[in-house]
Amino acid sequence: MKALRAVIGLATVMASSLPVLAASDPPPGAASCSGCHSRGVTGSSVSRLNGRDAGEIATAMAGFRNGSLPATVMNRIAKGFSDDELRAIAAWLAAQK
Amino acid sequence: MGVSRRISRRKFCSASAAAAVTALASPLPALAQSAARIIVIGGGFGGASCARALKQIDPKLQVTLVEPNRTFTACPFSNNVIAGLRSIEEQKFGYDKIAASGITVVALEATTINAAARTVGLADGTSLAYDRLVLSPGIELRFDALSGYDEAAAAKMPHAWKAGEQTLLLRKQLEAMDDGGLVVITAPANPFRCPPGPYERACLIAHYLKTKKPRSKLIILDAKDAFSKQRLFQNAWKELYPGMVEWVSLSQGGKVNAVDPATNTLITDFGNHTAQVANVIPPQRAGRIAAIAGATDNTGWCAIDPVTFESRSAPNIHVIGDACLAGAMPKSAFSANAQAKTCANAIATLVAGRSPAAPKLINTCYSLAAPDYGISIAGVYHPKNGLLADVEGAGGVSPLEASRDFRAREADYAQSWFATITAEVFG
Repeated sequence: MKALRAVIGLATVMASSLPVLAASDPPPGAASCSGCHSRGVTGSSVSRLNGRDAGEIATAMAGFRNGSLPATVMNRIAKGFSDDELRAIAAWLAAQK
Repeated sequence: MGVSRRISRRKFCSASAAAAVTALASPLPALAQSAARIIVIGGGFGGASCARALKQIDPKLQVTLVEPNRTFTACPFSNNVIAGLRSIEEQKFGYDKIAASGITVVALEATTINAAARTVGLADGTSLAYDRLVLSPGIELRFDALSGYDEAAAAKMPHAWKAGEQTLLLRKQLEAMDDGGLVVITAPANPFRCPPGPYERACLIAHYLKTKKPRSKLIILDAKDAFSKQRLFQNAWKELYPGMVEWVSLSQGGKVNAVDPATNTLITDFGNHTAQVANVIPPQRAGRIAAIAGATDNTGWCAIDPVTFESRSAPNIHVIGDACLAGAMPKSAFSANAQAKTCANAIATLVAGRSPAAPKLINTCYSLAAPDYGISIAGVYHPKNGLLADVEGAGGVSPLEASRDFRAREADYAQSWFATITAEVFG
């Protein structure tokens, strides 16, 4: 267990010393979301996505895309992404603080 | 490559000004991977977003934002100011938080660019060196495009297409106008900043007129036969402001060829219109520094690579926001912000020695037909044949048939969008 922790610790140090992490790059489309979806806590009517459950985000996007979940604009946006792309965006948003 | 001349300390408004000056003044080794120098010119939705995104992606990047104005006055929602629904103060944002986030903010105008030497010359004669340069200069109004419409004419016939004094001038003219007066808005041919903007403006001015000066009329003289969210706007004019708003298309004689500011007259091939209030939105091109950088083509705008936003003509120079030709993406604040984040990711990837993956970008533009009546257009874009193209099957406008509750929700989302994007960029 100790050894595992040390490995994780080392990996963290190594990862944070790299200028850009490939794994942290936003997947296609994800960087645009924060135009409407606040990263902070505000009185916004638009839901915050960062740190939310990835499955919840992906399910909502799938619902917007097939019309089973009513929307004003997200239905039009969700249609621009494949299942894989939506899953990647959801996972990335879930990992954001 | 180091900074060619020392920058005077008082020109910086960074919280860490002294440290930044020391860092910039000392000759830097060309360690692009650990300390790449990125200069961003233009502190609007594109430039300020890009500077912040770069610093967030890699705090080690040396990011400098060059913007001569101490205060940014936002265009989105400035039509509400014109209509008396909002204070201009709510449109103003400062750069203090940006400076506090480790970005060096230089409050000077960038006057020259040497793309070969990778330096930016500033108005005080100093210069800054860069590894990558981002231009987000917005638009320049073309005072050579419409006979009689120069800067002096704009003091009489406001464009109000850059928010600030011009916004307030148009507001004052509407307030001073008698009931029964004629307001004329002239709309330019594509491309131009904020494609739905002239028509939202018509709605909100009509809202003011209907409330305060109900015998007045508003005419839009258009250099086009079609415009953004057209059916939605036309339905809203009919529904909300019956008999008040008239749109004259290009084929109906809407194209204004000349103006006479002495008499407030707009001259078309089909006749003259003399207005009590004339709002002339002239043709536009990329902000001046883009041409100085050699990044503009014969359209006056900047062709870019759709993955990196790097200029097609000026290497190591990226162009984002209204100044770039982004294919299907409209010139909006949302687009500028989305492009800024995509460009920042691409630059961070490039300076790390990797190739950026093909992005997807989103745009969402809200317009208000009335304070509680919002409509939107959205799109998803991807690189295709060297341009940013619409992703087929996605995007489009709000439904033509919708309840007033639906319109009210979109109006509410418009407000939320503005609060969120300005907090992300300036907060």
